[in-house]
Amino acid sequence: MASADTAVARPPRAGLRVPLGGAALARGTATLWISVIVLIPLAAVVNRGFEEGLGHFWEAITDPEAQSAIKLTLISSLIVVAINAVMGTLIAWVLVRDEFPGKRIVNSVIDLPFALPTIVAGLTLLALYGQDSPVGIHVAYTRAAVVCALLFVTLPFVVRAVQPVLLELDKEMEEAAASLGAPNHRIFRSIILPNLSPAIIAGCGLAFARAIGEFGSLVLLTGNIPFDTQVASVYIYGRIETNDASGAAAVSVLLLLISVGLLLALNAFGSWRSRHERA
Amino acid sequence: MSAPSRGARWGLRSVALVYLSVLLLIPLLAVFWRTFEHGISEPLDAVTSPDGMHAFWLTLLCVGIAVPLNTVFGVLTAIVLVRQNFRGRRLLNATIDLPFAISPVVIGLALFLVYAPRDSWVGETLAQNGIQVIFSVPGMVLATIFVSLPFVVREVMPVLQEIGTDQEEAATTLGASPWQTFWRVTVPAIRWGLAYGIVLATARALGEFGAVSVVSGRITGETETLPLFVQSQFDKFNAAGAYAAGLLLAILALLVLFSMNLLQRRSARAVDVEDDEEGAPPAPSVFVPQPIEKEA
Amino acid sequence: MAISVNHVTKRFGDFVALDDVSIDVPDGGLTALLGPSGSGKSTLLRVIAGLEQPDSGQVLISGEDNTRTRVQDRNVGFVFQHYAAFKHMTVFDNIAFGLRIRGEGNGTIRERVRKLIELVHLQGFERRFPNQLSGGQRQRMALARALAVEPRVLLLDEPFGALDAKVRQELRAWLRRLHDDVHVTTIFVTHDQEEAMDVAEQIIVMNDGRVEQSGGPRDLYEHPASEFVMSFVGPAHRLGDAWVRPHDVEIHHQPNGQTSEAMIDRIVHLGFEVRVELTLADGDQFSVQLTRDEVDQLELSEGEIVFVRPRATRVFGPDGAAAGRAPEPELA
Repeated sequence: MASADTAVARPPRAGLRVPLGGAALARGTATLWISVIVLIPLAAVVNRGFEEGLGHFWEAITDPEAQSAIKLTLISSLIVVAINAVMGTLIAWVLVRDEFPGKRIVNSVIDLPFALPTIVAGLTLLALYGQDSPVGIHVAYTRAAVVCALLFVTLPFVVRAVQPVLLELDKEMEEAAASLGAPNHRIFRSIILPNLSPAIIAGCGLAFARAIGEFGSLVLLTGNIPFDTQVASVYIYGRIETNDASGAAAVSVLLLLISVGLLLALNAFGSWRSRHERA
Repeated sequence: MSAPSRGARWGLRSVALVYLSVLLLIPLLAVFWRTFEHGISEPLDAVTSPDGMHAFWLTLLCVGIAVPLNTVFGVLTAIVLVRQNFRGRRLLNATIDLPFAISPVVIGLALFLVYAPRDSWVGETLAQNGIQVIFSVPGMVLATIFVSLPFVVREVMPVLQEIGTDQEEAATTLGASPWQTFWRVTVPAIRWGLAYGIVLATARALGEFGAVSVVSGRITGETETLPLFVQSQFDKFNAAGAYAAGLLLAILALLVLFSMNLLQRRSARAVDVEDDEEGAPPAPSVFVPQPIEKEA
Repeated sequence: MAISVNHVTKRFGDFVALDDVSIDVPDGGLTALLGPSGSGKSTLLRVIAGLEQPDSGQVLISGEDNTRTRVQDRNVGFVFQHYAAFKHMTVFDNIAFGLRIRGEGNGTIRERVRKLIELVHLQGFERRFPNQLSGGQRQRMALARALAVEPRVLLLDEPFGALDAKVRQELRAWLRRLHDDVHVTTIFVTHDQEEAMDVAEQIIVMNDGRVEQSGGPRDLYEHPASEFVMSFVGPAHRLGDAWVRPHDVEIHHQPNGQTSEAMIDRIVHLGFEVRVELTLADGDQFSVQLTRDEVDQLELSEGEIVFVRPRATRVFGPDGAAAGRAPEPELA
């Protein structure tokens, strides 16, 4: 549709009619801000990770304690994402399709993990499910604690990803399927779920990226026992405290690769979908 | 679907509510309870102690610097990304999301590597001029800026996209300068998205733990924010103090939630993901919570 | 399959959508539910389909009471105004959906879908997705999908409302031909009286949740039972207490017994027909429809004072219902 020349010759959209120099200044300032605050520090991490050579990098990430931490992180995050895929969709469903007194409050509460400092999140779980738990559930200092804390902080992702899609879903598609004889469970499986799955996947991706980097909520609750309940972020913290900056950087690079890779994949997925989804 | 049976509806509702209670609500109430479990004096003392008060003000300081800065640059960046078309726009857009995807500890490490005197020439130069970044407040502010950077951008972008350039063009034809157009037309048009972004950024800045922890050295009474204070109280076996500070933060968080809810209902906008053709800006980030238009 | 609706009432909160509505649709007929927005016609259609439950009353399909039957079990074909296409499925899969639900074999499905695709002229589009089709094509696909399961009744809710005028015309004609071929009892909802007159054998006019009149197109036009029907089905104007059709009015240069004085505001040439817009003595606006030739013969001009006389009028009682025709005016 857009010919090659229009793409090249197209001027910046009008609107704030700043002089052309002004537009470039704005662009430059924005880029500078992000570079100084974000990009340069990240580059420093990558640099440090490989500073002492590829061999050293490899040693750092295959260190037994590091391996244990990384494994715990990845497995816990996967478990948590799987649970969120189901529970998140369920909660979104109830919030969109059901009516009950207090629903608005429940809807607001979903955002609590976004608003609450992670350290306090760990504290709240500790208060109830820690050593002197009033309900007799003791998850503190266990691997279960990792899963609990991650479930807390990742709760909103799938719910909030699915809710708007569910709201927009064309009810008439479901009515059409019903008029053609489909029972409710079939309607859910063949009509609703396929239209929700991109949102569920996106939500799960975000949740995973968040989960593998989580730190604050785990610090108090898990006890950070090496080879047992220590996650990757805590391991990195430990390496920093013992002045092993390159060890810390190496594992950090690994985490960065996973989460940045995920971020790029999700963004690409997102723009691919908006290109192909019309009607 | 023909209405699901009452049983099914009740079943789903119960599962959802039980899950949310067990995970969120009851633990939150437990914090309230734990704080005042042994009376009101201990927690009150802890929070009003010099260290506690210092932590509180230091937190406010970091937030008070980081959020306004990120607001200004956030609006600027949003305008650049939405209204301009240039090579590397997609790349710039993708980098905005980085703070979401990176572990706070890695962020702390990153800042450490750039600004610590013995690790980099930047740190050295600053140290020679008497500016200490690591283990000091400037580093903590930088960390807070890092983690709260994307929110204003991401909330303003869809709104800018939605309102289009018509109003701004009309203002220009009526003789308004770019600055006037910006203040009188653009800012009022984006105000709800902007407010929502500021609230989210504030919440994130208030609650930051991991990055600030690495960068500050956690020196009680000097470089401890309120979240760090929670941990140090806990480490000193002062549970009442930890819970008291935690409660304070939780109350702030609930205030944030309340504001979010209010703003959601005010901002009458639907986020439309435009076709990603040649001239259109990239799709808005999936990372940031977008206000839900309305409950069903 | 004949359809009977007996004394159905339906409320949404305080709003009464259907107020003691009863209709009869003959087996194999092509019926229109005609009325303005809010008249209850879509609600009635959805009640027949089972997408809404009436508060009271009965829905009988082929003599069987289907009032409490689930929509899944009624075997009605439903076509929506905005197509309700399964946007994540191909055209083929959309049409095959109902058959797959019933567990038909792949061979049978392929055959049946192929025939339907031919019927709706969508050959070559089997593998496309709905977002790659035009509005008219999507609606034809929706029709094929509804017909695939051989429903007892075909219900269409403003099926052409979302389409361009030209496409609408084509699909109207196409629906009539389809009905001639397939002969399934068909009810469609529309607010467009021209569409109803063009397509339907029987028209049921609704207003404010009630049935105003039911009958053939000519019947409704020439013998409207109420003020509402007269003004809704076909053009109509008030002349004093009576109602008259614009083409049932004569224009004279001289007063003539039963005539009324009027001034010509505007003469609009619409091809063969001409619309003469006038203002009556009491200030009311009025228009008369004449042929081109009549206008030429009369040599009318704008601003002229003329005298109008109706050839036929209808008078309705205070409740809007028909009180009969006004007495024939005497010829001068």
